[in-house]
Amino acid sequence: MITDKLQTLGRDTINNIAGFGRSGLMLFGALVGKPDFRKGFPLLIRQLYVIGVLSLLIIVVSGLFIGMVLALQGYTVLVKFGAEGMLGPLVALSLLRELGPVVTALLFAGRAGSALTAEIGLMKATEQLSGMEMMAVDPLRRIIAPRFWAGVISMPLLALVFNAVGILGGHLIGVDWLGVDGGSYWSTMQANVDLYQDVLNGVIKSFVFAIIVVWIALHKGFDAVPTSEGISRATTQTVVTASLTVLGFDFILTALMFGG
Amino acid sequence: MTTRKIEILVGAFIVVAVAAFLMLALKVANAGVTGSGESYVLYAKFENIGGLKVRSPIKVGGVVVGRVASIELDTVYYTPVVKMEINEQYSNFPETSSVAILTSGLLGEQYLGLQPGFIDETVQILADGDSIQDTRSAIVLEELIGQFLFNRGN
Repeated sequence: MITDKLQTLGRDTINNIAGFGRSGLMLFGALVGKPDFRKGFPLLIRQLYVIGVLSLLIIVVSGLFIGMVLALQGYTVLVKFGAEGMLGPLVALSLLRELGPVVTALLFAGRAGSALTAEIGLMKATEQLSGMEMMAVDPLRRIIAPRFWAGVISMPLLALVFNAVGILGGHLIGVDWLGVDGGSYWSTMQANVDLYQDVLNGVIKSFVFAIIVVWIALHKGFDAVPTSEGISRATTQTVVTASLTVLGFDFILTALMFGG
Repeated sequence: MTTRKIEILVGAFIVVAVAAFLMLALKVANAGVTGSGESYVLYAKFENIGGLKVRSPIKVGGVVVGRVASIELDTVYYTPVVKMEINEQYSNFPETSSVAILTSGLLGEQYLGLQPGFIDETVQILADGDSIQDTRSAIVLEELIGQFLFNRGN
């Protein structure tokens, strides 16, 4: 009885660690080696379109609404202290430090991560990956690498767009609707936001999140059981694991960057 | 979807992202205008800095001329030493200038108020690395109330 439990625990641990190892080997095989820009660049552009450009709409719409909600909620509290002039820094700092990188990563995991997993899982199930190997084409270099780079490049850019649109959304609600002074919205924001401390730390955060999300998505697809059920499980796992890992790492990064 | 169209859309995506970054850097963080301009350093010793923080503004007549670069404790006398970075544009403060820690509004942020002094033949202009001698510390509300109650007791 107890030995069965112990055995299950041990097997799960070994499987998890083996999974880490396989994902590391996958990434190593995809990224390490002499880059071939002439072949790789068109593939990268194609993936930037699928992963980055097609995610732009959901990012812009969510950013706008989150900025608007932040302004609305922040205003109700700040106006009690007569401090509605501080609405600008409230919106900007929440977006730049936390919400921008984190929400972008969560949306990205749902919008692009799940698609990556399903695509690669299906390639594996229909034995396209084995076919490539038969034709002496390395699927890691041709399939995994451009998707990884496209994700890592586009997510910080998406987070920047999210932040900018969110701050404009906050302006829309705070200044145009609730009547906060437009000059003080921008000037208090400029006095309180620092380029390195706030903007660039946010970019670093979203860079780390991009690596996490894309790596998990690619590994889950590459490692999926090649059946329809396996692919559906892998897709679900991608979204769940990537979201939880992003939230966990967000705490660590926040503690390191702003905790001291 | 042709390759050309995809490439144009990816190019537009990069342009939008760069525009967002520029907006965040210039309009939101206001870098490059006052943040990284040419500046020189002055020092001032205080008895008590109250709630003054690094990056608090330094104002002359309400106009921001610089920011607090660092606040450290003098290791000999254990008094706070404030390092001030002042815009190169305003480099003609005489050594008779005084600096005080003030509060904007009743509950607002604390800032350094710089008061330019008089000039005659013997007075020199403060240069990079000099200290301002005439300083007034922050008013700590608790000490003020304490003194008031003490005086009433007499």
